[in-house]
Amino acid sequence: MDQVLQQKPLTFKDYKSDYKPVWCPGCGDFSVLAAITKALAELQIPREDCAVVSGIGCSSRIPAYTSVYGIHAIHGRALAAATGLKVARPELTVIATGGDGDGFSIGGNHFLHACRRNVDMTYVVMDNEVYGMTKGQASPTTASDWEGSKLTPHGTGVSPFNPLSIALSAGASFVARGFAGDPNGSAKLIAQAMQHKGFSFVQILSPCVTFRPEQTEWKKIVRKGEIEGGHSLAQAMSFLATDDGFATGILYETQRPVYAPEMSEKQGLADIEASFEL
Amino acid sequence: MTSKTVSIAITGAGGAGVMTAGQMLLDAAAKAGLYGLMTRSSGPQIRGGEAAAFIRLSSDPIDCPDDYFDVLFCFDWMNVDRFAAELPLRTDSVIIGDEAAKNPPEMITASVARQVMVPLSEAAKEIEGGRPNMIGLGMLGELAGVPLDALQAILEKVLKRKGQAALDASIAGVEKGMQVATDLESKIGIDLHLERKENQQTRWSLTGNEAAGMGALRGGVRFCAAYPITPATEVLEWLAPNLEKVGGTLVQAEDELASVNMIIGGSFGGVPSITATAGPGLALMTEALGLAVSAEIPIVVIDVMRGGPSTGIPTKSEQSDLNIALHGLHGDAPHIVTAAQSISDCLFTTQWTVHLAEALQTAGIVLSDQSLGQSRNIIDKPADLAFVAKREVVEAGVEDYKRYALSDSGVSPMAIPGTPGGEYVADGLETAENARPSSSAEDHYAQLDKRQRKLSQFDYGQHWAEIEGEGELAVVTFGSVTAPVREAIQRLESEGQKIKMISMRLLSPALPDKMDEALVGVKKLLVVEQTHSKQFYRYLRSEFDLPKDTTVLAKPGPLPFRPGEIVNTLKELG
Ligand SMILES: Cc1ncc(C[n+]2csc(CCOP(=O)(O)OP(=O)(O)O)c2C)c(N)n1
Ligand code: SF4
Repeated sequence: MDQVLQQKPLTFKDYKSDYKPVWCPGCGDFSVLAAITKALAELQIPREDCAVVSGIGCSSRIPAYTSVYGIHAIHGRALAAATGLKVARPELTVIATGGDGDGFSIGGNHFLHACRRNVDMTYVVMDNEVYGMTKGQASPTTASDWEGSKLTPHGTGVSPFNPLSIALSAGASFVARGFAGDPNGSAKLIAQAMQHKGFSFVQILSPCVTFRPEQTEWKKIVRKGEIEGGHSLAQAMSFLATDDGFATGILYETQRPVYAPEMSEKQGLADIEASFEL
Repeated sequence: MTSKTVSIAITGAGGAGVMTAGQMLLDAAAKAGLYGLMTRSSGPQIRGGEAAAFIRLSSDPIDCPDDYFDVLFCFDWMNVDRFAAELPLRTDSVIIGDEAAKNPPEMITASVARQVMVPLSEAAKEIEGGRPNMIGLGMLGELAGVPLDALQAILEKVLKRKGQAALDASIAGVEKGMQVATDLESKIGIDLHLERKENQQTRWSLTGNEAAGMGALRGGVRFCAAYPITPATEVLEWLAPNLEKVGGTLVQAEDELASVNMIIGGSFGGVPSITATAGPGLALMTEALGLAVSAEIPIVVIDVMRGGPSTGIPTKSEQSDLNIALHGLHGDAPHIVTAAQSISDCLFTTQWTVHLAEALQTAGIVLSDQSLGQSRNIIDKPADLAFVAKREVVEAGVEDYKRYALSDSGVSPMAIPGTPGGEYVADGLETAENARPSSSAEDHYAQLDKRQRKLSQFDYGQHWAEIEGEGELAVVTFGSVTAPVREAIQRLESEGQKIKMISMRLLSPALPDKMDEALVGVKKLLVVEQTHSKQFYRYLRSEFDLPKDTTVLAKPGPLPFRPGEIVNTLKELG
């Protein structure tokens, strides 16, 4: 009989595809890709049992650069596709990824309902406060006075969306913020998020060096691990009241019933058909 | 149908028990060995208000309304005018009203039909706990020849939970009603009794929406995500508990964008998945349908059509989603569009479409409509069909897996998550064979060809259309219009005219060779459809060679096609 070979543990490289990213050099999304693959390696998730699902945008290109299953779906609908996959195949590890435009603008409604629904999956949003892929328009997280977009030359005049506070209000059971400039810290956050039972949301500040070059300064501003959250919603909310958006860490974690319909066969088709008989 | 049928309309105020009486009459008729169809109509209110049940009973299977009603039974006159256009009557029709209900409205007094007033409320009062609708049920049962034991059996079934006293009162009411009707029959000399053929096959009573749900289950669907919309909601209400029984699940999504994308996720996971919606929802789903086509993820959307555009007439039928179903997707996105031809065919067509979508790894749209979805029919139990989801998948350990391999059939085996070695990314971007995004002309041509080829080459067998009869004159139609067309042709046949019927079940991909074959020998063609802008005719002209002498009978909703108007048009054509 053949000896069963001791399987070598998978490294983050095993979770990368050999496909070269199309991103601009210096884009924060490279580090997020590294963080996701590191988290997968840390948890030793079998590649065939994992899927990364995204919408459309620079950040949404992530699935192709991993070597697990994936769906590169349509703009804004990553959470919907990921939800369907996880509910239909509860044993899989499902990660949804994308950008702030994809997730909070066109996909905003799905974000709210994914937080409420609490399906056991992880959502990683690469927030660069801009639409990178369509060449630099304001996104829901863009500051109201940013005049860099041809579409809103006088700024948006609209107060930005606060992803963390909206996630909390909508009922997310795990909320965290990371920074692309800290791939190890982000990997740890993502791994913790994946281990959380329920919907986990990780916002990762991920600079767009091309359309928001000033974001290269973020590495000087971000304060690692400085979020003081925890298990109290009041504490998490109060932290956000004075938050400048540049502290990282886990803001909130709680246990809520996970949306997981029981799926076991109780009856055959014939029994159902009999109900049509008079 | 050339056999005798009886058409009965029941109207009354909310709470009068119109629908209950109608449904009980239908079910009792089925118990007694008859066939029947019941459609419902109500005013614009959500609940309560006036309502009408339209019932047609027959000795043989029946699946469309007749030209006229034989009986209009009014528990009261509450807004009965509102149904005027839906209530064609003729001189030998009978309007039955309650003596106690004062002042019949214009619509009744001006009617050509005979009018008789009977003591409904009176009779009900004589029975402790008696209700006029049970008197009415007894009367209608007697008139159509539905015997007491059948009515009693249904009452027992329905009123089981209400206790013995309620049941006794209802049975007494029904008996009383039968007696009133017997007097009436001799008084005004009508005989609407239907012949009952004993000891036939097991019968089912179901709506088109339930039938579609059952078709999905039979086809192997185990996941559904959906957002409610009239008149598709009952598909979902039926599926939710029944999916659970067979180990599947239904998610109520936040909108149609979510529901269609959720089923894309579920199906990517290897679980045959479906959703149901109506026009506005289908419009929202078109972008995702394109993803399913491009990424070759099988999904099925049941579109229960209603009056459009926009919110239109949401509670009434029309076939005007045809254009968006055929052409709504962006890019060149070949997909399956089928149409159910009757309430029972909602089952077959849905099951078949699940099978096609799975076999061809593409999106399928099943067109049903309000008149099929929300009407109830008595049918013979459908045969078990072999069509189930059978997706070509790869086994574990494939080497150098090419998800979008350019196979001869155009179908490339799919790797289901959980399969080692098959890891790939399903993409809405154009891809090379290995699933890598590609914007090369070569890959785009090859994949466009492949996605078209797999649909064009597939052997759809004889199910693409129902072809009946022979003749130089033919009618082409689809969907719920099939039944009145069939009946019109049968009526003319009994007068010696020969007419061919081609009712298309597979609308897309178009199979011009099959149509050519079906049209051999046909010199004159009539196209019948329930749209205003002749959507079906325009589609036929764009895809098929039609005889020079082709006429269109297009009529939008909300009034149903009645066989007589099709007979008239066919007579004009000669
Ligand atoms: C329905 C639809 N509308 C618009 C677009 C165009 N579009 C592609 S990506 C994108 C925004 C992406 O921004 P974001 O999600 O922040 O991602 P980033 O590129 O910044 O990573 C838009 C508007 C589209 N693909 N689909
Ligand atoms: S445009 Fe911005 S977000 Fe997109 S790849 Fe370049 S740097 Fe990254």
